[in-house]
Amino acid sequence: MPTTFEKVADIIAETCDIPRDTITPESHAIDDLKIDSLDFLDIAFAIDKAFGIKLPLEQWTQKINDGQATTEQYFVLRNLCARIDELIAAKGA
Amino acid sequence: MRLEYFEMIDRFVEWKADERWIKSESKVPAASTVFEGHFPGFPLMPGVLMMEVMAQTGGWLVSGITGFTGLPVLAAIKEGKVRNAVFPGMQLVTEARIVHDGSGYAIADTSCRVDNEIKADARLTFRVIPYPSKEFYNTMTAWAARLNFPLKDFKK
Repeated sequence: MPTTFEKVADIIAETCDIPRDTITPESHAIDDLKIDSLDFLDIAFAIDKAFGIKLPLEQWTQKINDGQATTEQYFVLRNLCARIDELIAAKGA
Repeated sequence: MRLEYFEMIDRFVEWKADERWIKSESKVPAASTVFEGHFPGFPLMPGVLMMEVMAQTGGWLVSGITGFTGLPVLAAIKEGKVRNAVFPGMQLVTEARIVHDGSGYAIADTSCRVDNEIKADARLTFRVIPYPSKEFYNTMTAWAARLNFPLKDFKK
């Protein structure tokens, strides 16, 4: 069974035409993979569908803009996948 | 429909709030400055404006499902196809259905028909951006009422 990271990396590779082998858990979606906000909407859509969740992008953006969080907390893939796992767990609770 | 003012929808005529689907009508005007250039002696509805009709129909639907809490703006057109010509005087029937209601964005499948013949279709992505002021909510809801948009049916 693929891990959350493997599924997310596959989604990013397919959605943004990024070579799969360049995507690692330490990749920053914006700084390293150069994914812009519009392309990230496509990724969010695919993630929402694949995992049956709703990534709280508005809340994350607000926290970053307010200085309460860093982009690394949400957009480094290891951290993104941890958030996804939390959302999946919350859904099943 | 007043093309010069980007007023693309005459009215909403049918909807199913539980299915997040809506249908609008628009009569293409017999005359418009748009047709003076597109094209001289051969007035033809620009395909990009057909996309706009679908974007506005979908945009109002996104406003409805998000409770008029932000302004949906067109962000992406996927699989946009202009399949047949539209001429002055034709009555457009445009449908939109929400495919996904995300956080700060939404995706809708849209289509535009004349006499049940498909003219254009597209999957549209909308960002939902904050209203520029509190008063803008009143502007949008008053406008929605003029278009017969079923505010109460879509209210969350």
